[in-house]
Amino acid sequence: MSGITFRNVIKRYGKGAKANQVIHGVSAEIGDGEFVVIVGPSGCGKSTLLRMVAGLEEISAGEIAIGSRVVNDVEPAQRDIAMVFQNYALYPHMSNYDNMAYGLKIQGVPKAEIKQRVDKAAKILELSHLLERKPRELSGGQRQRVAMGRAIVRQPQVFLFDEPLSNLDAKLRAQTRLEIQKLHRELGITSLFVTHDQVEAMTLAQRIIVMNAGVMDQFGTPEEVYNRPATTFVASFIGSPPMNLLKAAPGVRSGQILGIRPEHIVVGEADGWSVNVEQVELLGAERLVYGRIGDEQIIARVDEGQFAPKVGDTVRMSARKDKLHWFDAGSGKRAE
Amino acid sequence: MVERRPGLTFVSHLVLILGILLIAFPIYLAFVASTHTRDEILRVPMPLVPGAHMVENYTAALTGADTQGARVVVGRMMWISFVTAMVIAVGKIAISLLSAFAIVYFRFPFKKIVFWLIFVTLMLPVEVRILPTYKVLADLNMLNTYAGLTVPLIASATATFLFRQFFLSVPDELVEAARIDGAGPMRFFKDVLVPLSQTSIAALFVIQFIYGWNQYLWPLLATTSEDMYPVVIGIKRMIASGDAAVDWNLVMATAILALVPPAIVVVLMQRWFVKGLVDTEK
Repeated sequence: MSGITFRNVIKRYGKGAKANQVIHGVSAEIGDGEFVVIVGPSGCGKSTLLRMVAGLEEISAGEIAIGSRVVNDVEPAQRDIAMVFQNYALYPHMSNYDNMAYGLKIQGVPKAEIKQRVDKAAKILELSHLLERKPRELSGGQRQRVAMGRAIVRQPQVFLFDEPLSNLDAKLRAQTRLEIQKLHRELGITSLFVTHDQVEAMTLAQRIIVMNAGVMDQFGTPEEVYNRPATTFVASFIGSPPMNLLKAAPGVRSGQILGIRPEHIVVGEADGWSVNVEQVELLGAERLVYGRIGDEQIIARVDEGQFAPKVGDTVRMSARKDKLHWFDAGSGKRAE
Repeated sequence: MVERRPGLTFVSHLVLILGILLIAFPIYLAFVASTHTRDEILRVPMPLVPGAHMVENYTAALTGADTQGARVVVGRMMWISFVTAMVIAVGKIAISLLSAFAIVYFRFPFKKIVFWLIFVTLMLPVEVRILPTYKVLADLNMLNTYAGLTVPLIASATATFLFRQFFLSVPDELVEAARIDGAGPMRFFKDVLVPLSQTSIAALFVIQFIYGWNQYLWPLLATTSEDMYPVVIGIKRMIASGDAAVDWNLVMATAILALVPPAIVVVLMQRWFVKGLVDTEK
């Protein structure tokens, strides 16, 4: 078992002056057995980072180590990793059993052992009755389980997941998420999981890497990322609805940005900013109140039973003083 | 089409039946002719029901009875045609698979040029380059050999493009999964690409087998000795020119025999063939 270490990893496409740099020096240390989620919008380089760990993309500069071994020049098959792809990438002409066994067969593992390992993985994933079928006879969720089975039988040092839940419908996604968590608890293998969905990131991760345009903005536990976002990008990306970022509201000096999560805004009639309510959304137990302070939009979350303004009302909003986040307007970084 | 109009059904069936008659009748006639003696065929009107000499005509054709034209042994010619067609079909598929594999999955210098060179050969069918090809073969002493009959016809741009298109549609993730599983390029080719292309291979095999079987112009040049004639040429040779009477009964028996192997191939491979042309297995 082993962790993953990134040392100033850079990825460029093309050469010389025309080179297009997509990852700008990522350094991070992922502990042994840790479940880390890389999250970010599309095009932020999160998949590229994962594929560099897998060996499917070359590393332009810097180092990636799995355990103590630098793997920059190691073939994917020799890296002791297993990967689960977004569209499953199962071999369509092979039975599910053969799909799971293929890697072992190439390694020259004896037949009896292959069978034992595949059967064991199939049992964990509840696939035993489907082994003789072909992937196309399975549903999306089952296919993804076969793909995970293929990863498990290799008994790798590291699991890599490339948006494995994106092709599943919402219900299955939640269910598969739980299965992945269970799997990680049982096997305790270091896992790196890429997603663009912040809910997946928050629920699965022991620690989250937030990527923004090829830069690692923050690397921390879900609590840290949520409660102490390192940049305005992290603040607006994690959490739904996103954190309010105010530049010009009364009480915010120029050069500063004030961040407040919608649930930390108190809506009342007494004191605070005067806000004109533009829209109210009922989400069940809570409602979202959209309003404007000057030119800036502000969203407040009001729980059931609290003061509920109507569209067109002018209300007072104030922030809970212990829940304010201050950022530097120039760099977007958190200011202490 | 869920329209139900008796008139339309009648007309469409009529057209189909006429079409079948139009195509099948000459074959039937050839068959009938192959079961009579020469004199019976030449009588006017020609008989339209099978005669009594089927066995002796076919035996004569297969074993090579003396005919007025050339002494022709159909059994031997069928064998030559069969070997030629098989080698051409299998060779074309093997070479096209490999070259498409190279073009799609490998980066090598002058890749673009190679690709275009293959493309250009599409514009140069055998007939256009037949003289230089003949010269090369003659210099290499390959006339009257199986190699001479097949090698110049094996390279196929069409098949290469067919496989290239197919390979391009194979998702990249499959390649990546195979790399992570530790499959090298040839292993990936053998274990993943070839099994996935089976239906295209089957379709191509049928087409190329018939193509090889029906070759006429090239064997005409590449063979000079009678024991290397394929059956298509044999038929032509049996129709002697000049005064000699033609053994039409034997010619027709040969023609019917020559129809059989391609028909068997089509019938046996039909299921795969249609599948290969119609659906792409995902």
